[in-house]
Amino acid sequence: MSQLSTKHLLGIKDLTPEDLHLIYQTADQFKEVINRPIKKVPSLRDITIANIFFENSTRTRLSFELAEKRLSADVVNFSAGNSSVKKGETLVDTVNNILAMKVDMVVMRHSSAGAPHFLSRHIDANIVNAGDGTHEHPTQALLDTFSIREKFGDVAGKKVCLFGDIVHSRVALSNIFALKKLGAEVMVCGPKTLLPKYVQELGVKVELDLRKALQWCDVANVLRIQLERQQLKYFPSLREYSQFFGINKRLLDSLDKEILIMHPGPINRGVELNSDVADSDAAIILDQVENGVAVRMAVLYLLAGRT
Amino acid sequence: MNRRKIFSSELLDITIQRMTQQLIENHGDFEDTVILALQPRGVFLAERLKTCLEDNIGKSVKLGYLDITFHRDDFRRREKPLQANTTHVPFLIEGKKVILVDDVLYTGRSVRAALDAMTTFGRPEAVELAVLVNRKYNRDLPIEPNVVGRHVNTVASQRVEVELKGENFSEDSIWLTEKEKNQD
Repeated sequence: MSQLSTKHLLGIKDLTPEDLHLIYQTADQFKEVINRPIKKVPSLRDITIANIFFENSTRTRLSFELAEKRLSADVVNFSAGNSSVKKGETLVDTVNNILAMKVDMVVMRHSSAGAPHFLSRHIDANIVNAGDGTHEHPTQALLDTFSIREKFGDVAGKKVCLFGDIVHSRVALSNIFALKKLGAEVMVCGPKTLLPKYVQELGVKVELDLRKALQWCDVANVLRIQLERQQLKYFPSLREYSQFFGINKRLLDSLDKEILIMHPGPINRGVELNSDVADSDAAIILDQVENGVAVRMAVLYLLAGRT
Repeated sequence: MNRRKIFSSELLDITIQRMTQQLIENHGDFEDTVILALQPRGVFLAERLKTCLEDNIGKSVKLGYLDITFHRDDFRRREKPLQANTTHVPFLIEGKKVILVDDVLYTGRSVRAALDAMTTFGRPEAVELAVLVNRKYNRDLPIEPNVVGRHVNTVASQRVEVELKGENFSEDSIWLTEKEKNQD
């Protein structure tokens, strides 16, 4: 198979396991490219990509921009904060205006779930979802599973647990879809208030005890506790969260097994992860960042082949 | 389908021996020369040449595998995108003489992409091209090989098919095939 089954990357839910494997195989080659002295290839030389971010982002936008530039695409950046969106322009109007400037692909982040799906029905350009509300963040799930595959050789059969704020996390949902499609066993662990009510219907295990979850898993994908949500009373205090769900080296050492530690960043050090774990050999957090560029290059390259 | 054998196993061995001698005449003991095989089809010839060269000069010869997929100029103009192969160039080519190796030279576009891909590993002192089959009169670009196994006159409707021992074939043979014209 040399072609994705879809014209847009709206979510992992739409992809087939074959699509996922094709993205990983292509990303393997791009990882080799970005480790060369000259990290650039001319594949997307005649393509213009608009990064449209209606919501703040640092690493995802940087990672996409770097991926686009390493493929030699022309890049335009758009942030909603200082744009005509503030004057009341609609999403379709905004994007149509950008497309009128002959843009071929759109990488979009939006605070509303389904915004990229809506857009894909109205415009011809390829759309890459860079996070839509609390729905999906497909490229993050792709780079996470790519990192697991790189470490273990295969994702199938691995036990992966997602820790923390599952209910608000688009990373969690995309990860669950990707891991299930690849044949991994998935568990979620966190305070009951941060676990979606019907999460078991996705075929994942639920565990409320941190130690039991760690005992079970091969990979711990620790998600960020959003400090801004602390006022919303999902849990009593950060200190309490850290006591019950914070992962530290002492806890890991007491398990007598090795666990791969992942985190999509940014880390709240001392809350969900202690520095002695985040900076340890068990953590592959910076590998995830490097793999993010390679995986995004693969996605853009494969989608461009479908225009 | 019309099929004409242009290389038998025996003729292939003789041709590779001759190409080896030609390369040794130009590059001596290969101290400053490296070989880059174009993925995927150039790998077979490059490996045969490397073995033959090492037998003759008694020293090891550096061989890398170069994938040109991301440097092709027909990306997005084909029905389906090309799937990338592995690039493995575990040495610097800065200041070295480079021999690019491919099985068939046709339009020259793969070689153009290879020249582009190669420069991401440094600036070579000189570059040569070695091919097993040179399809004459079919070039789109001004590219000519330095070392050739065999020149073949072909038209665009013809294909060169390489069958190799160990890849589901009992012996090495290379064929020139032509699709039959539709009988109206």
